[in-house]
Amino acid sequence: MTELFPSSVEWFSVITLLWPGLLNTLWIAAMSLILSLAGGVLYAVASRSRFALLRLAMRLWLEAMRAIPLLVWLFLVFFGLPLWAGIDFSGSTAAILVFGLWGSTEAGEVFRGALRAFPEAQWEAAACLGLSERQIYRHVVIPLLIRQTVPPLMNVATRLIKTTSLTILISVVELTKAGQQIIERDDNALFIYGLLFILYFLICYPLSYCSGILERRWQQG
Amino acid sequence: MDWQFMLEQIPDYLSAIGVMLAVGGAAVFLALLIGGVFASLLQDTSPLIRAVICSYIEVARNTPLIIQLFLLYFGLPAVGVLLPPELCAVMALTFMGGAYFTEVFRAGFSALSEQQSQASYALGLSRFQTFRYILWPQVWQKQLPATAATACFLLRETTVVSAITVAEVMYTTTNGIAIYYMTYEFLTLMTISCVLVFVPLSIALNQLEHRWRHD
Amino acid sequence: MTALVLHHLSHQKGRSTILDDINLTVKPGQVVVILGPSGCGKSTLLRCINGLEPLSAGSIEFGGVTLHGGSNWQQLRQRVGMVFQHYQLFPHLTVGQNLLLGPVAGQKRSAQQTEILARALLEKVGLSDKYYAYPSQLSGGQQQRVAIARALCMQPEMMLFDEITAALDPEMVREVLEVLRNLAAEGMTMLIVTHELGFARAVADSIVFMNAGRIEEISSPEQFFRQPESERARQFLNKFTDIQKLTRKPQ
Repeated sequence: MTELFPSSVEWFSVITLLWPGLLNTLWIAAMSLILSLAGGVLYAVASRSRFALLRLAMRLWLEAMRAIPLLVWLFLVFFGLPLWAGIDFSGSTAAILVFGLWGSTEAGEVFRGALRAFPEAQWEAAACLGLSERQIYRHVVIPLLIRQTVPPLMNVATRLIKTTSLTILISVVELTKAGQQIIERDDNALFIYGLLFILYFLICYPLSYCSGILERRWQQG
Repeated sequence: MDWQFMLEQIPDYLSAIGVMLAVGGAAVFLALLIGGVFASLLQDTSPLIRAVICSYIEVARNTPLIIQLFLLYFGLPAVGVLLPPELCAVMALTFMGGAYFTEVFRAGFSALSEQQSQASYALGLSRFQTFRYILWPQVWQKQLPATAATACFLLRETTVVSAITVAEVMYTTTNGIAIYYMTYEFLTLMTISCVLVFVPLSIALNQLEHRWRHD
Repeated sequence: MTALVLHHLSHQKGRSTILDDINLTVKPGQVVVILGPSGCGKSTLLRCINGLEPLSAGSIEFGGVTLHGGSNWQQLRQRVGMVFQHYQLFPHLTVGQNLLLGPVAGQKRSAQQTEILARALLEKVGLSDKYYAYPSQLSGGQQQRVAIARALCMQPEMMLFDEITAALDPEMVREVLEVLRNLAAEGMTMLIVTHELGFARAVADSIVFMNAGRIEEISSPEQFFRQPESERARQFLNKFTDIQKLTRKPQ
């Protein structure tokens, strides 16, 4: 059995090996978050469309993402799409695509809820103060929508970050994979996985903590 | 597509589905127990116990399942604990699911009026009886859709335990692809298996939520 | 001289007629209380005056401007204050910011001078210490008084009050009505929709009784409460006296 805690020299090599993995994790999470936000807006608008077919399509998209595990989608896109469609993805691209498609429905549901609960009465109150439409949006509607959507969107972001760890199963060198490589070399699994555990927690916990705080503070209104 | 080959794989996939449901089912059961006990404890005990449970929830919710699995499966041997992968899988899923169920039930408790327990004490019921006959039935009733949704979520997460060589559907698939290079066939089998398991589950869940909303 | 004239005003929602040929004149400084059973269209009438509901026909004349169905109401809204049943304070803004938003963003008045006015108005409604508070920290009655101050901060020529005590606990109704009474004494032109009959009698210069989207009668409060002209108004008043009898102790 090896030492549980490495020496300072090993620390240095651990960090230099983990660092690119960490960056890749954050890169995948950031890209899929951007994709999710853009896709989420499209999803929300399409879900409220006049065309029943479009609404049905959005509904199917949502159900497909919710019913079938994300890992299955990841496998289908990473292993399947190159065969069926002849498109070759890097693991990171496949991950960003799948997480983006999934996040779009999650963020989209948040946006849809916000649109449905549009602050009609607040709009009227602002109109009665003689504000123009633009001023109403700027001073009242948009701040209210932000309060309503930001906390749940932060939760979506947290889940996206956690989910990036799945990419190890399609051999992307992100944080977890980088850790695995170190273990293969050094055979100190407990330490490295413990470190990864703490690292993920340190990234995710502040996000979900802030989300909770904001939600509680903003809900009073 | 080699249909003959696929037919030959069906027994493997059936047992893979069996493993998945067994691991997932065991985890859901144990996680429900943990959630029930912890949510009850959260109602009123020392601040210390509450702090411990709340920290557990935060840790479980803010770390990826796959790292939890790796810690148990690859990490624990370093301190001399060697567990079979299936046990690690159930443990990790229970660890994560317990936190989610605790949250679900806690929300149910906080939606209950405080006067419910006061009314129960006023009728001379003990604390245990109050939980057993007054509070829990209401929490369970109110949170059944959320509980079912969390259980489904946990079953879907079961696919991740393939990472530690538990022979469920995903592992059988990657293994098959690696051995036979028949990606088409194995991906198709994987998709069929998952659709067979998860789509009915999802439809049932939707029905349940729909019915609850209209009652 | 008139402050507000409604000419043959009507409002339709789908096929049903909510307001039917409403004609009303309000003089400057006049306090007009609109009474009527629920669903008679009295709230809709107030909302039409401020352009929150579109006019199907007729016109509104206010201080030299005439508005029709398709007109832009923003100018009129800057000259008319409105207070709602559920306060509608902006939860993300402090009390002070709520008061300043309309005058500074909408009317383009100077922020410093408006702040002085805002503080004076809060003092007037008895909430001078709440300038930096958020609406969620206030009671219902306090929120409604802030909402009145917010409308007054626009320095309006006329105020519209839409059942502003209907959502309040009984003990808070009084503090809000107090504010309205003071406003009336100062000579503010007001249109009030309310269910508080005692208050209506005390403060109104004129009572408008509505039923089923029409104005049934316009009388002085003395006449209306003693001997209303219309049968409908008599029935309406009887219901209230019945309740009074019920709540009085048997002799």
